Amino acid sequence: MPTVTVDGQEIELGDDERLNGIQVARRAGVEIPHYCWHAGLTVVASCRMCLVESGRKDRESGEISMIPKLVPACQTPAADGTVFVTNSEKVKSARSMVEEDLLIRHPIDCPVCDKAGECSLQDYHFQHGQGQRRADIKPFTSRRRPMGDTVTLFVDRCVMCTRCVRFTREISGTSELMVINRGDHEEIDVFPGFPLDNKMSGNVVDLCPVGALGDKDFLYSQRVWFMKQHDHVCAGCSTGCSIHVEENHDHVYRLKPRENPHINHWWMCDEGRYGYKHIHDPGRVTQPTRRDETGEMVSADWSDLNQRIDSSLRSGLDNGGLDNGGLENGGLDNGGLRDNGKLAAVLSPYLTVEEAYLLSDYIRGLDPDAALVLGPIPIEGTDETYPGNFTIRAEKCPNRNGVEAVISALSGRLLTFDEFLDQISDGSCGGVWITGGYKTDWISDEQAMKLAKIPTIVLQEMFASPLSDHASYRLGALTFAEREGSYVNVGDRLQSFRWAIRPPAGVMPDGQLYWQLSGRAGMFQAAEVLAEVADSIPYFHAAAGEIPDVGVDLKITRLASVEG
Amino acid sequence: MSDFEPVLLANIDKPDSHTLRVYESAGGYQGLKKVVKKMQPADVTTEVKESNLRGRGGAGFPTGLKWTFLPQDHPGPVYFCLNADESEPGTFNNRILMEEDPHQVIEGVIISCYATRATTAYIYLRYEYPKSYERLESAIKECYDAGYLGKNILGSDFSLDMCVHRGAAAYICGEETGLIESLEGKRAWPRIKPPFPAIEGLFRKPTVVNNVETAACVKHIIDRGSDWFKSIGVAADPDNPRDVGSYGPKLYCLSGHIEKPGCYEAPLGITLQELIDQYGGGVWKGRKAKAAIPGGISMGLLTAEEFDCPLDFTGPGKYQCLGLGTAAVVVLDETVSIVDFLHNSARFFSHESCGQCTPCREGTSWALKMLDRIKAGRGRLTDLDLLLEISDSIGIMPGTTICGLADGAAWPMKNAIRKFRDEFTDYIKRTNPGGYAQTSPAQAMEILSGAH
Repeated sequence: MPTVTVDGQEIELGDDERLNGIQVARRAGVEIPHYCWHAGLTVVASCRMCLVESGRKDRESGEISMIPKLVPACQTPAADGTVFVTNSEKVKSARSMVEEDLLIRHPIDCPVCDKAGECSLQDYHFQHGQGQRRADIKPFTSRRRPMGDTVTLFVDRCVMCTRCVRFTREISGTSELMVINRGDHEEIDVFPGFPLDNKMSGNVVDLCPVGALGDKDFLYSQRVWFMKQHDHVCAGCSTGCSIHVEENHDHVYRLKPRENPHINHWWMCDEGRYGYKHIHDPGRVTQPTRRDETGEMVSADWSDLNQRIDSSLRSGLDNGGLDNGGLENGGLDNGGLRDNGKLAAVLSPYLTVEEAYLLSDYIRGLDPDAALVLGPIPIEGTDETYPGNFTIRAEKCPNRNGVEAVISALSGRLLTFDEFLDQISDGSCGGVWITGGYKTDWISDEQAMKLAKIPTIVLQEMFASPLSDHASYRLGALTFAEREGSYVNVGDRLQSFRWAIRPPAGVMPDGQLYWQLSGRAGMFQAAEVLAEVADSIPYFHAAAGEIPDVGVDLKITRLASVEG
Repeated sequence: MSDFEPVLLANIDKPDSHTLRVYESAGGYQGLKKVVKKMQPADVTTEVKESNLRGRGGAGFPTGLKWTFLPQDHPGPVYFCLNADESEPGTFNNRILMEEDPHQVIEGVIISCYATRATTAYIYLRYEYPKSYERLESAIKECYDAGYLGKNILGSDFSLDMCVHRGAAAYICGEETGLIESLEGKRAWPRIKPPFPAIEGLFRKPTVVNNVETAACVKHIIDRGSDWFKSIGVAADPDNPRDVGSYGPKLYCLSGHIEKPGCYEAPLGITLQELIDQYGGGVWKGRKAKAAIPGGISMGLLTAEEFDCPLDFTGPGKYQCLGLGTAAVVVLDETVSIVDFLHNSARFFSHESCGQCTPCREGTSWALKMLDRIKAGRGRLTDLDLLLEISDSIGIMPGTTICGLADGAAWPMKNAIRKFRDEFTDYIKRTNPGGYAQTSPAQAMEILSGAH
């Protein structure tokens, strides 16, 4: 097994692992500072911040011969016998030199810089820099220019690591960014008339180790140290990128990609990144309402709302039944459709697995034959794959796979929204629970009219829709940031997350509501539900136990069961 | 004048020396015929390797050894690049060859390509040499017409195409991987090594990059044999296992404050004093010399007391200079201010730094700005130590940059300040009598009103 020595500590590598000095030092718990190197981009070794001493240890004699000069750790492969020294005086003085160099022309405008608090230049200067400025060059001008609709460049803050340039060349494949001029006149720029304009543009801001590239959406909206970072999953499409939701006092300020080698690596698309605005939209449904005896919508109070909904649905049991041929066909069994009961639940692909399971559990508890319906699936355009192998899916919802699996397992078949609508006739269905969570239009007037025939409609939605006026109960729906549970992406990878922010006043978290209605005591425990799901539904078997940050691949079980 | 018979410059004074007719009448392309008809590529490489020919572009790497780094059995193509981006200040030997005797260079390139199995040769020519461009273009056309280039050269199965590419006037394009990037149509940012060009070079294929004068030497080694080549110059130092000797004729460019500036051919190992006296006619206007650059500005500075320095590949190194470089000697007479010299040098390197590596980009520009200030009469004695610290910490020798440009910027600075420190001290005290002893940065940093 290849062995590498980092500061005297021996690290064993896997036989086919190809790591560089920075990566192998991390294994030893040593962070080698770096700007230009990024695991997702090609190596240029130009910032020279990661300079270390390197050498080779002879396996037989144990003798170490060092290379007399400094080498960049990013460019030095960790082969068997490689020795890295990251804490010698020589290394420290090289780091301090690079820090001093970078700060010669860098404006010390941290108080007005968005990056302050998460800036490599700040951090490294604190750790490796010099206490006193020796260059008395009048440092800087203050120039700023837009790179495109999403990103702005603060020219003088740039340290010329060229990560952004390499990103547009290698990952988005759009090559908008480039370096102009030479030497200390170098700047990042776009070609006139060809701005940074691609669906992954926001990533260059994440890549920027300093405050040079600013996200126009986030600029000056919040200091980074005030925000709390929550591991989450993007609900923008069925790719299900791992993300961080960053919020302060339940206000989301930005989404950032979270490294996940199985899904999105280090990236996310702009659609997902900026697709959180609906969370704080003033038009959101928050106040629960119910239709009173006179048919008027009145404000409802959560103190007795659960009981009211429950009893309305129970009464629906007595006056309905889906049009599955029971009457027309004289009570004959109609090819398997007969098992539809009088209640139904429309499960949105925005629900987490746990929420879908709990709601199904509740509805099926009232009516064992209740229909479980997959909510409308929003599709926009076609899948788009970028040269860096990142795909933006046309299916703009995060959990179709998970909800489908719950429905199939519990009801034995998958009923789509349109099939369900076609089966509704007067009096056939006594009550339906419709979960929304869509941030765009999801139901047409025509579809709403079909549903309106159902006497009891419990509707959870985020924004007013054609169905709003027909609801018996209208409750606010959660956005992804307020949900808790698990999403299963297009590649059958299940990722679990906790809520990042609390929902606005008046909106009851779905999980909590279903938890209570299904007669469970205390607070909604997503992990407990998932354990139950993993235990009872074969598709979810791999989700038993702790879910790692990068999620679990549910296909593993499927492969195992095929072999078994 | 010594009795040395010029080889590389033998033809340049003949009328129409640049034409194929004149070149052939002096025995031109006989070497190529011999090679193509009688020798295997490996034989050519062996001959060049045995001659101990060292690259004339500046680094002095053994040419034959470089060729052997090419992977054997590579499916190809293998490329050959002729580095004619002659940009080192004071250097013009390649220019003489390309303008006055282009066929000599081209024959050397064809032989080199035969040895390295290259199928395409690119001549990367600096833009500022329009006459070289015209002469090379017409010489290449003559070669195609005469069957020295193109398919099945001289009836053999060896084919070669040659193409001249004009650079866009950047010093960094003379660095071999910068040259390759530039040839590929990219920004001339030198590549990180390894892989070296011999393994992965132009268009990611094995590539040899050689200097113009090196190619000319190859031609003569084939004509006259490696023993002849080794009969000229300085033998290897037996006490230095890394020295492979400095053999062969060398073109020395003599310029600056000299009576007869020009490009002269002399055996390697001639001392600086001999060169100035025997070829250059002494320092101009009867003045005394103060210093000289031994081989292009990036090699450093020799004081007048060090003019006994032999100009071979190891000589200048013994006098705290970087090396022989391009053997471009620039003489400074006693009236020159070393402060001005260093300022000019710093301005050049700051301007030409490609800007890729932080220490070079910022270090060269910081040094220039410091020298600007010294020249403006606001120098401080502590600046000298800071300049030395910068020059000692940038370059491939300390390992802080990708290419050698920063080393080139550093050596004149190190040499000038270490060898002429008194002059700097006097200058600073004289021009900044009130503030020369100050130690901390004079101006407090200006508080910005915000960068937005």
